[in-house]
Amino acid sequence: GAGQDVGRSCILVSIAGKNVMLDCGMHMGYNDDRRFPDFSYITQNGRLTDFLDCVIISHFHLDHCGALPYFSEMVGYDGPIYMTHPTKAICPILLEDYRKITVDKKGETNFFTSQMIKDCMKKVVAVHLHQTVQVDEELEIKAYYAGHVLGAAMFQIKVGCESVVYTGDYNMTPDRHLGAAWIDKCRPDLLISESTYATTIRDSKRCRERDFLKKVHETVERGGKVLIPVFALGRAQELCILLETFWERMNLKAPIYFSTGLTEKANHYYKLFITWTNQKIRKTFVQRNMFEFKHIKAFDRAFADNPGPMVVFATPGMLHAGQSLQIFRKWAGNEKNMVIMPGYCVQGTVGHKILSGQRKLEMEGRQILEVKMQVEYMSFSAHADAKGIMQLIRQAEPRNVLLVHGEAKKMEFLKQKIEQEFHVSCFMPANGETTTILTNPCIPVDISLGLLKRETVIGPLPDAKKPKLMHGTLLMKDNSFRLVSPEQALKELGLAEHQLRFTCRVHIQDPRKEHETVLRVYNHLKGILKDYSVQHLPDGSITVESILIQATAHSEDQGTKVLLVSWTYQDEELGSYLTSLLKKGLPQSTP
Amino acid sequence: MAAHLKKRVYEEFTKVVQQQHEDLSSKKLRLTKPSKSAALHVDLCKATSPADALQYLLQFARKPVEVESVEGVVRILLEHYYKENDASVRLKIASLLGLLSKTAGFSPDCIMDDAINTLQNEKSHQVLAQLLDTLLVIGTKLPENPSVRMRLVEVACKHLTDSSHGVRNKCLQLIGCLGPVEKGVAKEAESQAAKDVQKIIGDHFNDQDPRVRTAAIKAMLQLHERGLKLQQAIYSQACKLLADDYEQVRSAAVQLIWVLSQLYPESIVPIPSSNEEIRLVDDAFGKICHMVSDGSWVVRVQAAKLLGSMQQVSSHFLEQTLDKKLMSDLRRKRTAHERAKELYSSGEFSSGRKWGDDAPKEEIDTGAVNLIESGACGAFVHGLEDEMYEVRIAAVEALCMLAQSSPSFAEKCLDFLVDMFNDEIEEVRLQSIHTMRKISNNITLREDQLDTVLAVLEDSSRDIREALHELLCCTNVSTKEGIHLALVELLKNLTKYPTDRESIWKCLKFLGSRHPTLVLPLVPELLSTHPFFDTPEPDMDDPAYIAVLVLIFNAAKSCPTMPALFSDHTFRHYAYLRDSLSHLVPPLRLPGRKLVSSAVSPSITPHEDPSQQFLHQSLERVYNFQHLDPRGIQELLEFTIRDLQRLGELQSELAGMADFTATYLQCQLLLIKALQEKLWNVAAPLYLKQNALASAAAKQILEETYKMEFMYSGVESRQVVIIHHMRLQAKALQLIVTARTTRGVEPLFGMCEKFLQEVDSFQRCFISELPHMQGSFVDKLLDLMPRLVTSKPSEVVKILQTTLRQSTFLHLPLPEQLHRATANIIEPTGESDNPLRFTSGLVVALDVDATLEHVQDPQGTVKVQVLYPDGQAQLIHPKPADFRNPGPGRHRLITQVYLSHTAWTEPCQIEVRLLLAYNSNRSKASTRIPKSTWSESLEALPPSENGIEGTIPFSKPVKVYIMPKPARR
Repeated sequence: GAGQDVGRSCILVSIAGKNVMLDCGMHMGYNDDRRFPDFSYITQNGRLTDFLDCVIISHFHLDHCGALPYFSEMVGYDGPIYMTHPTKAICPILLEDYRKITVDKKGETNFFTSQMIKDCMKKVVAVHLHQTVQVDEELEIKAYYAGHVLGAAMFQIKVGCESVVYTGDYNMTPDRHLGAAWIDKCRPDLLISESTYATTIRDSKRCRERDFLKKVHETVERGGKVLIPVFALGRAQELCILLETFWERMNLKAPIYFSTGLTEKANHYYKLFITWTNQKIRKTFVQRNMFEFKHIKAFDRAFADNPGPMVVFATPGMLHAGQSLQIFRKWAGNEKNMVIMPGYCVQGTVGHKILSGQRKLEMEGRQILEVKMQVEYMSFSAHADAKGIMQLIRQAEPRNVLLVHGEAKKMEFLKQKIEQEFHVSCFMPANGETTTILTNPCIPVDISLGLLKRETVIGPLPDAKKPKLMHGTLLMKDNSFRLVSPEQALKELGLAEHQLRFTCRVHIQDPRKEHETVLRVYNHLKGILKDYSVQHLPDGSITVESILIQATAHSEDQGTKVLLVSWTYQDEELGSYLTSLLKKGLPQSTP
Repeated sequence: MAAHLKKRVYEEFTKVVQQQHEDLSSKKLRLTKPSKSAALHVDLCKATSPADALQYLLQFARKPVEVESVEGVVRILLEHYYKENDASVRLKIASLLGLLSKTAGFSPDCIMDDAINTLQNEKSHQVLAQLLDTLLVIGTKLPENPSVRMRLVEVACKHLTDSSHGVRNKCLQLIGCLGPVEKGVAKEAESQAAKDVQKIIGDHFNDQDPRVRTAAIKAMLQLHERGLKLQQAIYSQACKLLADDYEQVRSAAVQLIWVLSQLYPESIVPIPSSNEEIRLVDDAFGKICHMVSDGSWVVRVQAAKLLGSMQQVSSHFLEQTLDKKLMSDLRRKRTAHERAKELYSSGEFSSGRKWGDDAPKEEIDTGAVNLIESGACGAFVHGLEDEMYEVRIAAVEALCMLAQSSPSFAEKCLDFLVDMFNDEIEEVRLQSIHTMRKISNNITLREDQLDTVLAVLEDSSRDIREALHELLCCTNVSTKEGIHLALVELLKNLTKYPTDRESIWKCLKFLGSRHPTLVLPLVPELLSTHPFFDTPEPDMDDPAYIAVLVLIFNAAKSCPTMPALFSDHTFRHYAYLRDSLSHLVPPLRLPGRKLVSSAVSPSITPHEDPSQQFLHQSLERVYNFQHLDPRGIQELLEFTIRDLQRLGELQSELAGMADFTATYLQCQLLLIKALQEKLWNVAAPLYLKQNALASAAAKQILEETYKMEFMYSGVESRQVVIIHHMRLQAKALQLIVTARTTRGVEPLFGMCEKFLQEVDSFQRCFISELPHMQGSFVDKLLDLMPRLVTSKPSEVVKILQTTLRQSTFLHLPLPEQLHRATANIIEPTGESDNPLRFTSGLVVALDVDATLEHVQDPQGTVKVQVLYPDGQAQLIHPKPADFRNPGPGRHRLITQVYLSHTAWTEPCQIEVRLLLAYNSNRSKASTRIPKSTWSESLEALPPSENGIEGTIPFSKPVKVYIMPKPARR
């Protein structure tokens, strides 16, 4: 899932023989089988547990974890599931809520049960930030902070020296309750990044916040009521903090209410996981936990009719049902009141209708509701924008990038940008498509100490960072690599040593006698090769180290001397240098 | 078991030895000096194990070593160094060497050779590093010795190839601190060594260890600080380091780039991957901007801070830092700021944002959009939105500095600064308000911006509100609606926080005087006048009404047509306010009162002169009174004092001066009264009355002199002499009085001696001033000094009496600026009738808020005193952090005072006041002596005066109603 699409995030990664599943989400747009990922892609026959080494859940949003009980209990998976502590805490609440809506309200059967959620959560292993978890001997995972929602994390998956980073959803700009995503320069082979806002660069957050506060403030001062339809988790907390601090700063007295149930439980977890929040909350929680709201109280149905100004957060966020819709109906008639939609609304909902400017709504029972209250739209979204994605890529320096969780057309643009800016290849597979990425794996090789010492002595001092050339024989035996000295290799393999000798003839125009030519060559070489032992042997030949040079007169032309250069394979380097030197000819004789 | 026993025995044994030894060495130490090194030698020889030796060395390090014996000690240490096998002991010795060579007065060149020699055979990397550190200390101790430095640098270069990062680190540090800076001086040395320090350091920019890379950059910066001009070639190297994996390297590299950009702002560097070239400072600016979105917040802070000081950068680049090129679905989108601006310029008011209001307009060419631009794009946008408030503050500061130097940039960054007013952290908000104030002369606020600014007025933090008032004082507003808005918001603020009254009035005063033409059309509305109907007269005591009037009157000052719009009661109110709040209401030329205003107006410009003249004239008169009879003198003094006091009330600028002189004259008057001959000649039984008068006078004079010395800022040494002289006279008077009343001579001996000592110390302290004091009390006294020392107390007293009476009155010269320290307690107001109830035995915190003016060093001197009804007094020292400094010469004390008492039957009032503590040690007399060390100045002070400490109440006491309840059982 999530390939060129938003929702139903589910990505399979095979890395160095290990199979990891990233996220296991549902799709909000469908109510049939398409709402869950098709797990038959993984394996047709046999249990999933045998095939998957682990499952990683990045955060608690349902499009990232909604299919988890179905997958683990109904399809059947018993391996480890990894998620962060806050995710583990909040995830079951949301799953239960989701289950209730589908089963109790819509009356679906063949859906996972509460017990299944519980069983599923038992398989979860919680991880801390920056904690390296050894899944098995080779596979290790590590979580990084991702912003977005409480407990959202990016995961680095590493086998040997190959690694993948999966971002989940992340946010590069801090907000009122969470910090910004951060990753070190881990240089993964592949970065799998979300790309919801691939083509957007957002305006500063402050303007939006200020506008929001100003509008709320003005309405309250007028004596009007403000309705803010929200989903229970994430943005709701951010807006609460925003309003709470504003009320504190401005000494306002009007009550703020929060619809009860789900959110209260969630707020409780927010209070607990202070370490996952932003700098300000972390710093001040000793004096006062920011999530212990002073001005925000639980909402009761009866409060909606109270006179005087008030601010109410009510679920759900699109005004399609429930408490928010009830309150909306009560308040819609008064032009002093205001409704603020803090997020996107799906077509067909009341929220979408009023945002697109409809002032007369047809409710069930053929009632016509006239909307006189003000309707405002404020976008508070916690995904990284294009600039943020680029920033993360710059921080992590991956060798390849793969985009998921976004629309194909937008991804195309971002892909092009990434390739252009960072010169790394970028992929954007569709659902069901497999992308193969070539890595440049490093293979550890054992080397005998004797050889190592012998080789390091030669040449300049070792510099740990620079690669060094070594001579040896690579033995591949029983799935292990060893670098040994040639002699040992011969011995081990039971082979006899062969001598390989190169000989080369160099023609030199020199009218003098043979031994004079030799002498000249000798002097010339002696002058150039100061560091090597150059010897003039009594039989008229020259040796440079172990290389032999002999001079004979050409059989036809006495003016041309033929220099015979001969060296063994081991001296290839020096030998070829020597020949090239001699081919240049001798310097003009200096009598 | 046996082994265990043995170990225990051994342990005990060593313990005993140590203690004995300690005694011995301490005894020796006091006897002779060389024994120190000898004792150490003995110690080290005795040490059986490295651990023991280490112990001895540690003990040794705790004691100071005399300069003379340093060299000996060093020799001993070196001797042991060569013998020692254990690396940790050698390490300690090496560090001791460094410590010893730091000893003041010791010249370490004699031990340098030895220190260098030790390096040769050392194997342990840690010890090597420590030795190099020692060499660094030695090198820094010998700044005027280039050859030594050269040698040390050479040694360091030799060790640069060491495999341990610690050693390389130290080597680079040493080169950085000692490397030759002037090229010309050591020409031959240079050619011989053929070493270019910069190159050597530069080579280590690519070291494999990040710590060494950091050290290399730091060494380079060190060279720069020492005055070496870095080569431009380093720039490209430094740029590469910006992409380093380690934050400390990046942080240092940012600094280095900044330094280079300041050195070579105008040179041209090519842009890689294109043929274009740009100025180096622009390029560096772009690179540092890039670092504002670095992964490490330390680097981000660093980068943001440095941005502020890059003022040569071209405006094109500067403006890019505020531009983030918004887009949505590949279409260009305008920022909210731009939209706001457009709304404003089209004259249409924002009706609130609609769904899709910000719908993107034009399509952008996908190829042209560059998501991460290497330029300065949006650096400040990122910096101001950063997660860490440190970064945000740094960014705001940088904005401030850049905006101060570039008005056009100031105009552009305004929107962003305004946005920062809503930051979640108060410090950031405060900082951005201050920044805005600093750049306010460059900017004019648009209405929508003003709106956001004014919204902050409701902030519950007083600091924020007051900072904002200060900001409004110097803001330019563009429209009359803006002024109206500001006024409305300020009035709202006033009703919500009545304590802000003063500050709001002041704010409106400046707002009015800055925008007279904008206020003019608002006047009828503000005063609610009607062309046909008479409106009811507003309440004169309403702070809001006063606020409006302050605005209008200040605007009217430069707008002569305005008074025509006033109604009758406005004129009356003007007269009242001009009197009661003269600092807020300017003199106006009003049509109805031609006579008064014409009398006043000419004197407006030169009005300082007459009063100053008056002051000097009256003083002149006083100083020439010698020929008058005593009666006349007294009267003259009394009149002058009265005049001066009145003058001080009228002219706030001269208040300090007038009070100061009045106090001085008061002292003189008291002295004269006390010395009146008639009283001294009466018979003994009647002494009592006279005695009471004289001793009271002496006491009061003493008090007043302390006030004069410590309560005024701007008092110079010339005045201090006179004050001290007056004090001496008072002491003499005291002595005379006691001599008259006490029987017996014994107590007098001591007192006389003490007095003479004081005279002596006076002479010592003010020897340079004595020539100016011809004919004064002290002058005469010093003439008679030989006689006084030998004579009996009764004679001394007699002499004193006559000299006192004959001595002339000293002329008090006035300093240029003299301000009296004042304090005003704003909170508690003392008006509350509700007692503060608390359980007895527990504490209650009382918020105290006071403004202090012209107090020097308030942290050290200002105390809070709480007086309980039972006479119990409590002195509280506020924390240094409780003092804020909103402006020059002004301080603000916001603190909490903890009260506690046993149970009372009914509520009662306690008094809270501020005291100015003084200590004659800190007197101006002693500060005149150049302060080299603390102990020295102590010695120079007269010992007799050492301990005198006291407090001067300098604020009106405020009464607080409290009620400690008995604890419930």
